[in-house]
Amino acid sequence: MNKENVTILAIESSCDETAAAVVRNGREVLSNVISSQIELHKLYGGVVPEIASRKHIEKINQVIESALEDAKMTLEEMDAIAVTYGPGLVGALLVGVAEAKAIAYAGKKPLVGVHHIEGHVAANYLEHPDLEPPYLCLVVSGGHTHLVIVKDYSEFEILGRTRDDAAGEAYDKVARSIGLGYPGGPKIDRLSKEGNPTAIPFPKAKVADSPYDFSFSGLKSAVLNYLNHEKMQNHEINAADVAASFQKAVVDVLVDHTMLAAKDYGIRKVAMAGGVASNSALRQAMREACEKRGYTLYHPSPIFCTDNAAMIGSAAYYEYCKGTRHGWDLNAIPNLKLGERG
Amino acid sequence: MKVLGLDSSGLVASVAIVEDDNLLAEYTVNYKKTHSQTLLPMLDEISRMIQLDLDTVDAIAVAAGPGSFTGLRIGSATAKGLGLALKKPMIPVPTLDALAYNIYDSQALICPIMDARRNQVYTAVYTCRQGRLCNEMKACAMGIRDLLEKLNELGRPAVFLGDGVCVYRDVILENAGIEVSFAPAHVNKQRASSVAALGLTYLQEGRQVTAADFRPDYLRKSQAEREREEKEKS
Repeated sequence: MNKENVTILAIESSCDETAAAVVRNGREVLSNVISSQIELHKLYGGVVPEIASRKHIEKINQVIESALEDAKMTLEEMDAIAVTYGPGLVGALLVGVAEAKAIAYAGKKPLVGVHHIEGHVAANYLEHPDLEPPYLCLVVSGGHTHLVIVKDYSEFEILGRTRDDAAGEAYDKVARSIGLGYPGGPKIDRLSKEGNPTAIPFPKAKVADSPYDFSFSGLKSAVLNYLNHEKMQNHEINAADVAASFQKAVVDVLVDHTMLAAKDYGIRKVAMAGGVASNSALRQAMREACEKRGYTLYHPSPIFCTDNAAMIGSAAYYEYCKGTRHGWDLNAIPNLKLGERG
Repeated sequence: MKVLGLDSSGLVASVAIVEDDNLLAEYTVNYKKTHSQTLLPMLDEISRMIQLDLDTVDAIAVAAGPGSFTGLRIGSATAKGLGLALKKPMIPVPTLDALAYNIYDSQALICPIMDARRNQVYTAVYTCRQGRLCNEMKACAMGIRDLLEKLNELGRPAVFLGDGVCVYRDVILENAGIEVSFAPAHVNKQRASSVAALGLTYLQEGRQVTAADFRPDYLRKSQAEREREEKEKS
């Protein structure tokens, strides 16, 4: 089913990164351009959808033109145009979707819409030529926490998901409460290295009846309660200990559930994806857990963990080979479900 | 010269092709379906209808704001994508200019009003002199009563159009000290033919930009920016 020499121009604008990439055969990254707005959103303590959308429209052509230039290719040489059409911020998604449709239409190229999370999963193919389905994948980011079996290139079975906050969201909220600011993930990860992860026993939430689901809002509240309590007692707060203990509580649950699923389903290949997959504590804990059990662990480099278009280009290749083509009426779907086809 | 016009700044989605003094095709829909789903299929439809080779288009004119933020971006991203793929320039046509251009050679003041929510309209006041639009008041967001006060000062008959009319018709009739009229259905909302025809004259004046540099002019900051500025002031 796989085709040789398929080159795809991919566009991603689902949140606060304007990105474009050229990818060959789903595996070879010819260019990967990301224009991040993070500095702008820091002023507001989080992503402001309207500001993100305005920045996308300002940057998108330059980003796409740079991606083609870096790949030393022209639009005419592309076999298809791919774009993230959900899930994400609707105003932000619409910029990429309208742009991609117009380019595909005027360039007389097929259009392939891609699910953002399927893109994150596919990021693993970019640096691991040996990785093929089936495998287990933990997708963790600011907006998503999913544990899925990747049965085939575009076939997913969701085993677990978060019932409330995404893991990255909990990081952002806890970071704000100890004065670290946005984005919380990398800041807590850094500060945790100076703290004691067993200093404060935060709860590890289990969801009744569903061993693979996650819940992080209880943990987040426990951290906030702890901070309030200590403040009322006039105790000095050791932010590094709070960060390290919180991070351990998150990482333990992520690793435990992943290992349980791998064992239950007899899967020996484990992958990680999404922004939180570049968290150093999570990587280390997952590596140790996998080594102990003789599983092979895959994860993308940090540049492919963050939102990027190369991962969309990879996922799009397998959709393209399957015959997926979208029409000129493709719309952004902000709450697109994993495995759903719009 | 051939210009493609796009307008998705309000409830109307509209695409048109104008070549010199001829409108070759226009497709205008005023229906609740999202512009993201309609705009490109509409362009595809008229292109097939008139066997248009998109490469023969000299420039892409787009309603450049004000308007619905999301609507403006759908039109802008569509135009920017077309501009990138076709390697053609874009012509930013202010939405209110294009609306005013629906009315030609009128002795009255031309006053497009677009509902801007928060008790305001996006508006500007024009006269038409020797077939050219001249700004009597430049584009801004303002309260309808402030606009009427301004028009009463100018003391000339005025024709109103735009989606603000159905919201403020009674207020206008009650408070205008001048002779007023309301444009009829076929010219009282956004028309891509106006965007394209006016865009063509702007192109002749050298007012085109690269597709990469184009950005809409919203006439209003985002809510988060406004709130942040207010907080800093106090």
